[in-house]
Amino acid sequence: MAETKLSLKARRSPLTSEREQIRILSRTDRCSPFEERMRQAGFDPLYATGISVFQMNLGKLCNQTCRHCHVDAAPDRREVMTQETAARCIEALAQTDIPTVDITGGAPELNPQFRWIVAQARALGRQVIDRCNLSVLLLPSQSDLAPFLAGHRVEIIASLPYYRSAQTDAQRGEGIFEKSIAALRLLNQIGYGVEGSGLILNLVHNPVGAFLPPKQKAIEGQFRRELEHRYGIVFNHLYTITNMPISRFLEFLIETGNLESYMERLVNAFNPAAAAGVMCRYTLSVGWDGTLYDCDFNQMLNLPVSDLTPRHISDFNPAALVHRRIVTGNHCYGCTAGAGSSCGGAVT
Amino acid sequence: MESYYHPGDLGKFAEMGKGNKELWEKFIGYYNAVFAEGALTEREKALIALAVSHAVQCPYCIDAYTQACLEKGSNVEEMTEAVHVACAIRGGASLVHGLQMRNVAHKLSM
Ligand code: SF4
Ligand code: SF4
Repeated sequence: MAETKLSLKARRSPLTSEREQIRILSRTDRCSPFEERMRQAGFDPLYATGISVFQMNLGKLCNQTCRHCHVDAAPDRREVMTQETAARCIEALAQTDIPTVDITGGAPELNPQFRWIVAQARALGRQVIDRCNLSVLLLPSQSDLAPFLAGHRVEIIASLPYYRSAQTDAQRGEGIFEKSIAALRLLNQIGYGVEGSGLILNLVHNPVGAFLPPKQKAIEGQFRRELEHRYGIVFNHLYTITNMPISRFLEFLIETGNLESYMERLVNAFNPAAAAGVMCRYTLSVGWDGTLYDCDFNQMLNLPVSDLTPRHISDFNPAALVHRRIVTGNHCYGCTAGAGSSCGGAVT
Repeated sequence: MESYYHPGDLGKFAEMGKGNKELWEKFIGYYNAVFAEGALTEREKALIALAVSHAVQCPYCIDAYTQACLEKGSNVEEMTEAVHVACAIRGGASLVHGLQMRNVAHKLSM
């Protein structure tokens, strides 16, 4: 895979339009509508069962431009959460007892509000997760980031698609593997991933191409052996995440002639048990501009929460959101294939 | 018929059950049991299957087990080495028969 240096938006790709992405996904030949499949499995309509994860997407700015990015994040993107929206999020959080705040981006750490949000959420007694691309820890401006995260007992979920450079660099950019290894060493040195430290370092593996991830337990064992043996690196758990057929991964699928066969692969692997556990049922996702979504993927397709519920963080009303009807589409096949896929890895 | 092989036929493999359901079910039950995790992992079995696919030169199996190997977490370097194992055994099997040639030639020659 060649490296992509600019976002879809900067390249003025037709896929910048969320409608165009939805149109493409609804027209793939080998894909029956997701809602129909869910009806057969007894999950249409799909309702939320509660909110245990408050996911905040701090924006599209990132120091990397990964080939598969579902956010279309890049250094050229400027959309980031403002101080005011961040404050609304913390106010909303304080009204609830949602136990987990999951912070993502882009590279969320590059948002000037990041540290304030972490500190506030921790002060409210919530578990905080930072979805970290690892290389951000090596930026000169972020030299105190790792100790900051450790000081606030933030759980780190770090992307590392594979334990070898060829595959990782093909997906995430030239030289990223080496930086990821350096960042993992740094995290291990301050206790992250080390048994008994209480500092949690989880890794994310997603396939480097148009195929499904392996069984989570099996690939976790492989990563553990290889990372320890080759680099002396330790971690807590490895999550497998299926590539979603949207944004830059959708572009890759189209360009390589893999779209139809990938959708067929996802549809054939539809698993009712995974459908029952999709993360939108227990997640509320807030966009950089404060709009509310069922998940980060719907956010990228500009599909906000049902119009029967408040749709902006400034109108936050937990009672109205907690059992909301979920907005779905054919991209959702990415969450229900095989062992299922969520921000916390396999579902089944 | 423009070709004897059609990529789409791989997905229709189960149609072989239409001719004789009982034998198909026995085969597929055995097949699935063979590839389940045992003393060897599913990943190791997929790599063996990939090598054997090349030895028997079945394009359907090569297609299916390339995807299976990737989905079990193997990489192209490992998969290439597996193909070389098949190649070495095929080549070695030819070459070791050279001893038959040598034996016969030796017997016939002065
Ligand atoms: S996948 Fe993550 S690290 Fe890569 S460009 Fe997207 S947000 Fe940045
Ligand atoms: S894409 Fe979002 S809405 Fe669809 S199933 Fe997955 S988590 Fe739920």
